[in-house]
Amino acid sequence: MNLLAKFDNLKSRLQALAEVGHNPFQIHFEAIHSATIGILDGRETMLFGTNNYLGLTFDPEAVEASCRAVREQGTGTTGSRVANGSYASHGALEAELATFFGRRHAMVFSTGYQANLGIISTLAGRGDHLILDADSHASIYDGARMGAAEVIRFRHNDPEDLAKRLKRLAGAEGGKLVVVEGIYSMLGDIAPLAELAQAAHENGAALLVDEAHSMGILGAHGRGLAEAVGVEDQVDFVVGTFSKSLGSVGGFCVSDAEDFDLLRLVCRPYMFTASLPPSVIASTRVALARLASDSGLRTRVMANAEHFYTGLHALGFQLGPDVSPVVAVTLETTELAVVFWNALLAAGVYLNLALPPATPTSRPLLRASVSAAHTPAQIDAAIDAYAQVGEQLGVLRVDGRVAAAYAG
Amino acid sequence: MQIHRVRPSITNRHIIMLESREFQRIREQVVAELEKTTKKPVEVTDDTHIVRDLEIDSLAVMNLTLALEDEFDISMPLERVAEVETVHDLIATVAELIEERAS
Repeated sequence: MNLLAKFDNLKSRLQALAEVGHNPFQIHFEAIHSATIGILDGRETMLFGTNNYLGLTFDPEAVEASCRAVREQGTGTTGSRVANGSYASHGALEAELATFFGRRHAMVFSTGYQANLGIISTLAGRGDHLILDADSHASIYDGARMGAAEVIRFRHNDPEDLAKRLKRLAGAEGGKLVVVEGIYSMLGDIAPLAELAQAAHENGAALLVDEAHSMGILGAHGRGLAEAVGVEDQVDFVVGTFSKSLGSVGGFCVSDAEDFDLLRLVCRPYMFTASLPPSVIASTRVALARLASDSGLRTRVMANAEHFYTGLHALGFQLGPDVSPVVAVTLETTELAVVFWNALLAAGVYLNLALPPATPTSRPLLRASVSAAHTPAQIDAAIDAYAQVGEQLGVLRVDGRVAAAYAG
Repeated sequence: MQIHRVRPSITNRHIIMLESREFQRIREQVVAELEKTTKKPVEVTDDTHIVRDLEIDSLAVMNLTLALEDEFDISMPLERVAEVETVHDLIATVAELIEERAS
């Protein structure tokens, strides 16, 4: 019996992809030169698929802090914090995160995925209800599956739909936890958080917001969507990641909940995995300080997002509803999207290809992420590449208007 | 500690309800929703396999779930939806959730 036979369908889909060109899910860069340039097939390629929103992966101070931490504290912790103990810097980063968000407690996880997996599965247990936005990230769905709570979904970014579903659960025993994201990772659309928070609290549910793609982007201080719309006091738990705006790896949850620290002894994705190495903690602390003090990074990334979004929109591409650093073009068919993606790569532009069912609309997406480190010239070059490929493939008309078949 | 009753497998549930008028009404509404959801012009019977025979993907299953919740004013937990394979399973699950709501 071949245990992998159940993936035969995937195998044939991958073979079909390979016939068109590169496998979009197995790209190997020979070198990374900066936050925006990598080497692929020996050629300089502009990186528009990194989620490196603030471009801090090569921040000289963060790099130096990381190198120093390796020399002084070694390459790894070789175990979990519960079993092997924490280093001083783990606690320091947690204190700095709590201060940054103005919360009493912070808990650091080894990845953003594990932060959602751990917090959601532990907060909502047997007899509780989890109410998820239907377009939630895989880490939220996996956290829901790992826990024993009953999982109900509501229509994406629809506060009335959430309220309706919560009212149906009015008589249910146990706790209720609503989970939403600030900026959604596939289309870059932004949640109507004030209305969602109101629906949650009017119906007796706690609220968790995943600010993975909005921390460092939204809010006057970069605390994310909750800060931007003034509802931080209505958000009970904030989850975030270090692997986007902070340029490293790891995740966290901050909260004012009493006894939050008890989670450290019941949350399995926190307890049974190795803690982050000192070098990662060190660069993350520097990046967090930079994020907190340098509002120019936010101004730049949003200006770049606006530049890219406006440029593609003017060409006639179908984009998500909001301007954010995630700029996704929806195409009609997977075949077209794969050819388009390869042509952009050949033109020196790397971005993410998202295929159904991993997209919210059953249609494929060319998903780009914009960084504060991109220059206006790089963004113009990328827009030009989209225009050329779009015309060559008949997605855009040569006169710049949208092809009839595409518009339909 | 809360005690959870163990449910019998879906196919053995609600046999007793099969004859009832209420069950027939649920059946008609569920089948109508399925026919709205699928793009395949196939006859929907109790034994129809929802994903395989109707070629409904995970996104469509989700939308179907949301529509059924609103139509019947019920909450359909994800784990209960995940157990569903055939049209009969779906009808039985909806009927069961309506019954649980009433109890």
